[in-house]
Amino acid sequence: MVSEQPVLVLRDVSIAYDSPAGPVQAVSHVNLELMPNTIVGLIGESGSGKSTLATGIMRLLRGGAHLTHGEILIKGQNVYDMDAKTLRKFRWEAMSMVFQSAMTVLNPVMTVEQQMVDVFLAHRPGMSKAEALQKSYALLDLVRIARKHGKSYPHELSGGMKQRIVIAIALALDPALVIMDEPTTALDVVVQRSILEQIQDLQQERHFAVLFISHDFSLVAELASRVAIMYAGRFVEVTESGGLTVSDQDHHPYTQGLMRAIPRLTHEDVVIEGIPGHPPDLVTLPTGCAYHPRCPYAVPLCTVERPEPRDWQGRLIACHRFDPQKAGEFSHVS
Amino acid sequence: MRYVTQKVLFFVVCLWAAMTLNFILPRMIPGNPALAMFAKFQGQLNPQALHALELQFGFSHQPILLQYVNYLKSFLTLHWGLSYTYYPTPVATVIAHSLPWTIGLVGTATFIAVVVGTVLGIYISWRRGGVLDNTLPVATMFLQAMPYFWTGTILLFVFAFELHWFPLGHAYSNTVTPGFNGPFIASVLRHGLLPGLTVFLGSLSGWVIGMRNNMVNTLGEDYVIFAEAKGVSTWRVMSSYAARNAILPQVTSFALAMGLIVSGSILTEVVFSYPGIGFQLTNAVLSQDLPLIQASFLIIAVSVLVVNLIVDLLYARLDPRVRQGGETH
Repeated sequence: MVSEQPVLVLRDVSIAYDSPAGPVQAVSHVNLELMPNTIVGLIGESGSGKSTLATGIMRLLRGGAHLTHGEILIKGQNVYDMDAKTLRKFRWEAMSMVFQSAMTVLNPVMTVEQQMVDVFLAHRPGMSKAEALQKSYALLDLVRIARKHGKSYPHELSGGMKQRIVIAIALALDPALVIMDEPTTALDVVVQRSILEQIQDLQQERHFAVLFISHDFSLVAELASRVAIMYAGRFVEVTESGGLTVSDQDHHPYTQGLMRAIPRLTHEDVVIEGIPGHPPDLVTLPTGCAYHPRCPYAVPLCTVERPEPRDWQGRLIACHRFDPQKAGEFSHVS
Repeated sequence: MRYVTQKVLFFVVCLWAAMTLNFILPRMIPGNPALAMFAKFQGQLNPQALHALELQFGFSHQPILLQYVNYLKSFLTLHWGLSYTYYPTPVATVIAHSLPWTIGLVGTATFIAVVVGTVLGIYISWRRGGVLDNTLPVATMFLQAMPYFWTGTILLFVFAFELHWFPLGHAYSNTVTPGFNGPFIASVLRHGLLPGLTVFLGSLSGWVIGMRNNMVNTLGEDYVIFAEAKGVSTWRVMSSYAARNAILPQVTSFALAMGLIVSGSILTEVVFSYPGIGFQLTNAVLSQDLPLIQASFLIIAVSVLVVNLIVDLLYARLDPRVRQGGETH
């Protein structure tokens, strides 16, 4: 019963942090739609606003962050219009989240099964403890963790096992949307691989939509059907992942930079190119396009006028180079 | 299980160290009670009388090592000798009469302080930035900054001496018959309230501030945010996820605070002439009552050690991570 209503709609979403120097814009005017049963990737460097956006969608913003503009709709319902009680019920039922830090996300003094049972008892008031326990064991089976580990405490488990359990908890109530905020970052490469395969398997089995957040470009390109690339709080590009190859030049310069930064072991001469410079400080963003200080194509126009995302052959790209009316400015560059 | 064995072994070693210190320290006080009494008579007693006094008090001039062995033996068999001040009452009897008062007074007051402080700490951390959060820590710290004997004296002066609301001292009034009867219990409560309040006020701050700060740290932990996201009710997030973790350092503080609590109780008992072990100890020191000093010190040391052992074992119940012992990660 796949409805064609998008599970997640971000409409012009801005999120700011309070700071002594005034609000700091961590996410600016972001638009995105996520259809059921799809995986969309969200890529950006550290500090680009990915995690802020994720916690914003969950309405779990902390540390003085708040939604300053726009709407976040989950299954057509505005998350920020709900009262605390409705939100508590709605969250996890409709959308859940796998946090970045598998190591610290489980309560160290409670057994794994207690923490799983808690989800059911919180959302299914009529459910007996025994029934909740049975459901928890079914979840452990789902992520291929032996049932005996239900009695374990988090410190007795490996990082990979903990993350599997967190994923199991996220899937407990069969949500339509699961946000995965760098679910494999804290794990070693081998474990990363098996967790990713498991996420893919589970997604195909249960048909939930995934917003997969990562800074690992190749990983997201492989997993997701569509990818949003975030820079300094804005989406600079939203594109189908199929077109993400170095030979394809029709991308935002930042996307191109990211693609060139992937080491390619299959090639004879391994060249890794980094992107020169640093991600900008959100307090003192560059004028115009925030990427211009690091952009090899930058022209004077880029320092003055901020490009808005425009359609370019089915991709959304926020770059003056892809604006036919402004392309003339770039004529002297190849 | 290894953890428990370790802790019990540690307890035994500490106990031995405490007993040994307890043997050495009183022997470093110059003179002895027999000499003191001998001096009181200003030369009217002959040396034979001094010898008789020493024998009577059980004071010996044996080699120190032999004394030590005898001391250990007699202490382990609860033969603590006769008190000089309450001669010929056995020290064990004196202690048996005073210890329950201290445990009742200081134990109850401390227990209430820990519970009230922890609950208040949880509450103000939940309402962080609220009125209570801004005033309570400062107010309790102000009270804690005052020494026990001073708080005690002021309470005694205002509520007992000036207002006559409470008695000036002792554990119960001499018009009631001790036993399980209404008037006696009421009298004990009335006598215990001011000294109990002194101990309570003096120790509350640490528990409030400690718990509040632990809670504020814990509330920022990922597992608390995750629990909230899971939809777990606020009450359960606060209790099972936040407070359950935040209470762990409190338990450690409690073990560390035991020594302070005991010494504080000595001052409180002296101010309120409360017939507890601290009061007896002070008397014993003033009259060079060696057996009583030794026994009191030992009882205090043993009770601190016992509480620490209990806390250690409790900690293992509360925190699964320490249960295994050995390496943690």
